[in-house]
Amino acid sequence: MTKQVQQLDRVIIRFAGDSGDGMQLTGDRFTQETAAFGNDLSTLPNFPAEIRAPAGTLPGVSSFQLHFADHDILTPGDAPNVLVAMNPAALKANLGDLPRGADLIVNTDEFSKRNLAKVGYETSPVEDESLSEYRVHALPLTSMTVKALEDFDISKKDAERAKNMFALGLLSWLYHRPTEGTVAFLERKFAKKPEIMKANIAAFQAGWSYGETTEAFSVQYEIKPADHEPGLYRNITGNTALAYGLVAAGERSGLPVFLGSYPITPASDILHELSKHKRFGVRTFQAEDEIAAVGAALGASFGGSLGVTTTSGPGIALKSETIGLAVATELPLLVIDVQRAGPSTGLPTKTEQADLMQAMYGRNGEAPVPVVAPRSPSDCFDAALEAARIAVKYRTPVILLSDGYLANGSEPWNIPSVDSLPVIEPAFAEPDQEDFQPFKRDPETLARPWAVPGTPGLEHRIGGLEKADGSGNISYDPANHDLMVRLRQAKVDGIAGDVTPLEVDDPSGEARVLVLGWGGTYGAISAAVRRVRKAGGKIAQAHLRHLNPFPANTEAVLRSYDKVVVPEINLGQLALLLRGRFLIDVVGYNRVRGLPFKAEELAGVIQDVIDSE
Amino acid sequence: MSDLNGAANGAANGNGGGAVNGNGGAGGPLALSLVPKTDTKQTMKDFKTDQEVRWCPGCGDYAILAAVQSFLPELGLRRENITFVSGIGCSSRFPYYMNTYGFHSIHGRAPAIATGLATSRPDLSVWVVTGDGDALSIGGNHLIHALRRNVNLKILLFNNRIYGLTKGQYSPTSETGKITKSTPMGSLDAPFNPLSLAIGAEGTFVARTIDSDRKHLQSVLRAAAQHRGTALVEIYQNCNIFNDGAFDPLKDPSVRDDITIRLEDGQPIVFGADGQKALRRTPGGSFEVVDTADVAASEIAVHDASNPDPSQAFALSRLDSPAFEHTPIGIFRNVDRPSYDELMRAQLDEAAEPQGKGDLAGLLASGDTWRVD
Repeated sequence: MTKQVQQLDRVIIRFAGDSGDGMQLTGDRFTQETAAFGNDLSTLPNFPAEIRAPAGTLPGVSSFQLHFADHDILTPGDAPNVLVAMNPAALKANLGDLPRGADLIVNTDEFSKRNLAKVGYETSPVEDESLSEYRVHALPLTSMTVKALEDFDISKKDAERAKNMFALGLLSWLYHRPTEGTVAFLERKFAKKPEIMKANIAAFQAGWSYGETTEAFSVQYEIKPADHEPGLYRNITGNTALAYGLVAAGERSGLPVFLGSYPITPASDILHELSKHKRFGVRTFQAEDEIAAVGAALGASFGGSLGVTTTSGPGIALKSETIGLAVATELPLLVIDVQRAGPSTGLPTKTEQADLMQAMYGRNGEAPVPVVAPRSPSDCFDAALEAARIAVKYRTPVILLSDGYLANGSEPWNIPSVDSLPVIEPAFAEPDQEDFQPFKRDPETLARPWAVPGTPGLEHRIGGLEKADGSGNISYDPANHDLMVRLRQAKVDGIAGDVTPLEVDDPSGEARVLVLGWGGTYGAISAAVRRVRKAGGKIAQAHLRHLNPFPANTEAVLRSYDKVVVPEINLGQLALLLRGRFLIDVVGYNRVRGLPFKAEELAGVIQDVIDSE
Repeated sequence: MSDLNGAANGAANGNGGGAVNGNGGAGGPLALSLVPKTDTKQTMKDFKTDQEVRWCPGCGDYAILAAVQSFLPELGLRRENITFVSGIGCSSRFPYYMNTYGFHSIHGRAPAIATGLATSRPDLSVWVVTGDGDALSIGGNHLIHALRRNVNLKILLFNNRIYGLTKGQYSPTSETGKITKSTPMGSLDAPFNPLSLAIGAEGTFVARTIDSDRKHLQSVLRAAAQHRGTALVEIYQNCNIFNDGAFDPLKDPSVRDDITIRLEDGQPIVFGADGQKALRRTPGGSFEVVDTADVAASEIAVHDASNPDPSQAFALSRLDSPAFEHTPIGIFRNVDRPSYDELMRAQLDEAAEPQGKGDLAGLLASGDTWRVD
């Protein structure tokens, strides 16, 4: 039968199911197909901290949202146009986000009395009137999958498990996705289980054919490729981009990378990724705890490696004493904090920006540390290189604040040429210097020499005790301590002139309100700004990559607007820093839900501030 | 950085797979084979710094410092390739007095910091100086994990059974019931036996010596320096301010020979001024003290430090008691196992072997890509 083909400029799909249903994999495959097709895209995985919460319950729901378009987009989207619900729990947990008129694909096989009762449905919402606002496609996905796999020599359980591939096949048909990549992926993934491989491919193809032949779907959708800058692209998550950035920092500095890490959500994938790249001389060390992880990294830095540790907020709390030691000994060290919702264990799989104060001030004594934050998944690559540049050039620990949304979210990445990446010069101390002084500073950067063991003639001792300016010998002299405290601060403050100035985007040139963000909220804020401008509002936008120190022009930028709005996924931490530093009374917008901002809500907030002018 | 890389690569190539096989026996030649040797003659003076030593007069640490400084020249290593890493405590000031590279770090964390250094720099001889509080209380976790990994570290554990730098609280090796500032009615904690702990933590080299016996101390250091992987050396050290005389029975000429069991590998375990006492294995696996004259020579236990089974070394470690009825000193355990840095280097080599060194452009463009023209 001939299907009608309808053109769309963008679509938001959410796959939702039980945590054992393979929704992350399904979403990831659909994303790869979409990337290969050439759409712009942005993704938001959302999953519980439990590996397998009780089946069919609300806490066990795992989802993956994908926004793709024929134009440049900035966020995974506020509300899905299409929800695939693999069970009643997935329906119930996600229905609230679904706007009227949206498409709803429901796996009716899972809508048993028992499963309905588990989440408090008395009658099946598919059968009563409660879903009348939506375009419901009630499909027995499990039994159709099992039927399609009748001829395979696999267990019923294995056949049922392939239902996510059936759903993926159906959606791939519905949105005209290329399928070769998924077939090749399944061939790789199940190379050692040929029967399972063939069954999954068959389920995927059966889903596609079902769409093609059924009358349940009369329309097929087409979203043209986006108009990207020329280049070679790949899809990349924040954690992968960060790991690549660290490998690149090692290559561009000539320093061997040493990662000390202890597994923690949502940072572990950086450890996993880096452990695959031993070919680059990358040493990965899974330590006995967070403290040993950063300690080993600092020990490696002392020996002339690029020492790195990766963790999340609770791990930073444990590492703070060692970060302080790195401040005192003035050694390069990269501390990666993939922020998650806190305090304490908090919501391990959910995102937040509430570690800014911990990064800034979470140490004893005056212990200034440069802080860098990436703005998007692919930007994690550049941010890692920038953090490494600062750490090596200024002989200082640097904290990089990623977050759970950036870590697991993905977007297309225009792969840079290696030659375009910055070169990082370690500038080790030359051997055999007369009267070597380990704390004699470079007059311009205030950085001290990096004299690594094995360098003849420079034998010296460093440590956490206060050091005499220049010689580095232990000193209890009051004036010397005051001087050293100020020197360490001045060194970090001086980086302000060595970073890209804060850029303002204001096409009208007439905006009186500035919206200022930092880190992972860039996409949502930018999308909100677009909406406001589309509606005729005049708004300027700026986004901070460097939180400590702020770029040199930050105060001037802020002072040139009547009002500054600062949206943050915390209770106003950047706002507090800005007020304290510049005495500018910024307007905060703060929501701490474990989820990224929605563009629509931010657009409303920004419009309200403009209107109150 | 090129020369550092050169050192690391050379080291990796030099050993390859052979390193992992080991060569049996105590302390393979690998332990220091990657550390550059000096061609100039060194003396004790070369290892002294210009810093004033600030331990209390009469502290046992002075004797240990002098023993280390006078022993190091015989290793013939380049001074710049030796590094001392310490934690916090009286003993942890040690690196400031050694004219080598040194890192005075954080309470308890020296083994962790030294692990990063030793694992990334096989051309260094890395020594950790720690105390009973530093190593066994706040840093207990790092100590046991360094031991099980067999990181190429030589750990000198100065055990004075008291907290000195914080002025006299009981430590994890203090005897139960110890009266201190923080335990006016006596401490409640059962102490750790550091050697039992180290053997239980899969330590490959475990030894004990005494601050006042320079000859014995240096003989243990000599073996430790050559050991492949982690060497743990417990040094009984007198704190003359807060726990004076803690080890007096082992130093008192009138009794010391009767209670000190000097372990020598491959030798029957006999002791006493005239060798009148000996150790015999009990059916339960522990040791008992017997009169040499009363037993057949074949019944006397023979020390076997390189036995892969740690139970004999463990049983020997249990002979020590706070009352010093019998205290073995020397090398309890000395077995050969690849060190952590060797294993890590072997993996890096193995990963680089099939396709050569990593290519960054290739990595960035790996996976599914598409071109936009």
